[in-house]
Amino acid sequence: MLEQLAISTLNGLIYGMLLFMLASGLTLIFGMMGVLNLAHAAMYMLGAYLGYQISKTLGFWPALFLAPIALGIGGALLERYGLRTVHPHGHIAELLFTFGVAFIIQEAVQMIWGRIGVPYRIPAELDFPLFRLFDTPYPAYRIFLLVIAVAIFVGLFAVLSRTRIGLIIRAALTNPGMVGMLGHDVPRVFMLVFGAGAGLAGLAGVIGGPIFVTSPSMAGTLGAILFTVVVIGGLGSVPGALVASLLIGLVQTFAVVLDVSLSDLLNVMGVNILRGGIFDDIRHTTVAQIAPILPYLMLLIMLVVRPRGFFGSRDV
Amino acid sequence: MISTALRGRSGAIVWILAIGLALLLPEFIPSKAALTKMCLIGIAIIFALSYNVLLGQTGLLSFGHAVYFGVSGFAAIHIINLIGRLQLPIPVFLVPLMAGVVGAVFGLLFGALSTKRHGTAFAMISLAIAELVAASSLILETFFGGESGVTTDRSLGPSFLGIDLVSQSQVYYLIVGWGVVSAGGMYAFTRTPLGRLALAVRDNPERAEFIGYSTRMIRLLAFIVSSFFAGIAGGLAAINYEIMTAANLATAASGTVLIMTYIGGVGYFYGPIIGAIVISLIQLSLSDVTPAWLLYLGILFIVTVLFSPTGIAGLLERHLPPLRAGLFHRLIPSYLLSGAAGLVFCAGAVALLEMNYHVTLNAHEGPLLRLFWLTVDTTQPMAWVLAMLTGVVGFFLFRKTWPYVANAWSDVDMRLRESKP
Repeated sequence: MLEQLAISTLNGLIYGMLLFMLASGLTLIFGMMGVLNLAHAAMYMLGAYLGYQISKTLGFWPALFLAPIALGIGGALLERYGLRTVHPHGHIAELLFTFGVAFIIQEAVQMIWGRIGVPYRIPAELDFPLFRLFDTPYPAYRIFLLVIAVAIFVGLFAVLSRTRIGLIIRAALTNPGMVGMLGHDVPRVFMLVFGAGAGLAGLAGVIGGPIFVTSPSMAGTLGAILFTVVVIGGLGSVPGALVASLLIGLVQTFAVVLDVSLSDLLNVMGVNILRGGIFDDIRHTTVAQIAPILPYLMLLIMLVVRPRGFFGSRDV
Repeated sequence: MISTALRGRSGAIVWILAIGLALLLPEFIPSKAALTKMCLIGIAIIFALSYNVLLGQTGLLSFGHAVYFGVSGFAAIHIINLIGRLQLPIPVFLVPLMAGVVGAVFGLLFGALSTKRHGTAFAMISLAIAELVAASSLILETFFGGESGVTTDRSLGPSFLGIDLVSQSQVYYLIVGWGVVSAGGMYAFTRTPLGRLALAVRDNPERAEFIGYSTRMIRLLAFIVSSFFAGIAGGLAAINYEIMTAANLATAASGTVLIMTYIGGVGYFYGPIIGAIVISLIQLSLSDVTPAWLLYLGILFIVTVLFSPTGIAGLLERHLPPLRAGLFHRLIPSYLLSGAAGLVFCAGAVALLEMNYHVTLNAHEGPLLRLFWLTVDTTQPMAWVLAMLTGVVGFFLFRKTWPYVANAWSDVDMRLRESKP
């Protein structure tokens, strides 16, 4: 029991940190530009595929740098030549644009790498058990992912709170118009942040790909979970994204191992209600089965109870 | 929603002609396959029109509209099965109405959660609800039937005035009938005070609040109306296919209706009708020819967002004044020139994409690919170079010739202004 608890906690933390690498970029872009980048998860997928492709020829370590850089440049260009064109038409047009980009990336990935997944494996240098947790060997690669994600968080936090560009970004989060009036090139900052967000998504893809299967379906569900993270954490708030990512990572990981259902609970309490038809489905559904819908339930509850999220300064 | 072309007497004539065409089409094209396709298009038209009540009229971008279509479809399947089991005296052709009510109830439920907000937040919540329902559909097996879905037999119900829905052509006329009723209903909705207020809420929610209306209530009511008509479409789909699966309410289905409506043109009432017809035809004809058709659809969508946000209907409306003033011939030469260059570019791009798809997906078929009327050997580097060259030259020519189109238009616009007093 204790062993399972410890392993699930660690796994949940790692999944949560991966979510954070994606959600931090998403929430910064959203907070500054008001643009919800629907293609963010697709960029994560593209990062995984690029990582796979590059590591096939050059090895994993060059891929770790090249794929995020490629995606960062791609993201910046997308902002400069795509988003900026539709910006005058309002947020709906921007959303539609990123929706179209996600659609095209999805199809392009299938065109280039096929409709089934690719065998993107953990690099040999990191493919060993690092330590034993009780009796279970724990893979080194997962710890490597955790270290990178923590480093990203520290780096992001340092840039945002200690540097001049971070100051401008934070100012632009609250009042982009005024920052522009003060003589800063806000569109350029937007482009940089968008590129950095895309790069982070790419990095998450490169290191997440070998653990979470690299296939064309990897973007679909993750995208919606990311949006729930951003809303639950509070729009534009990086600490909020961290808390919400870890929360959802832990909840989902723990839910998967909980094999109890409502009927078990009712039996323990000795209550005999909810019989027949659709109620049987509800009673016999285990917590593990509803794991995929828990984030959305949390989002709906959050919207009713506290629409601004944990750390948000304004309502959604 | 501005509808300049289809208004007044000439508008009424166009609508009557369209309905007449829909009724007579099976006479002109008597093939069975064509009839199946027309049923599919008819359902898509109702669904897209209902989506535009949200997007075009109320300014709400939803990524989960298929939820209301799908859930109502599932409900319709169960209703028909119930009619059959209990021998109820309810004709099956009324089931879409009940499915619409189911859609409206779910619209009230989920709309209450999401219509407090608009814009991006609304879009996000709609996506979360869509994922929630899609994931639940695999859990609640009694209602949704799990992976395999639920099935029915539309001829289970009582025959009423000879309508037993056994033949596909009866289903087609049923779809046309409900389509006319739904389109009429939604058009009437745009003329009601509530429909007008929805426009106000779309354009300036703050001012709508200031003149004393609850924007939330207006959004919610529009949401319910939209879900009701989506439910009618779902009920018709249940009758037509006699099966509903989780794919019918998945986010991909919501994406398709969004693409249809937007490419058709959200600013015009008839835009979604054009979009549903065009996209369905693309889907039906291209999906047999090329595995890349979804990619082409995505590119078409992005191009629409970037360069023609008013959609196909917007393009049509733009060309009406020159047509009426007899100035259209001034545009033709530049269109031919630029269009030819655009075709060269498209040919190159399509060749590249198709060759790529062929190499990755159909490698087992050998290196030869039938492209248009040519057979291309994908192992020859020359083929790739030629395709790339065609694309680049075409793009360059298109960039060079586009100014002619712009010039022709500014000339036409000037003449139009002069002719008006």
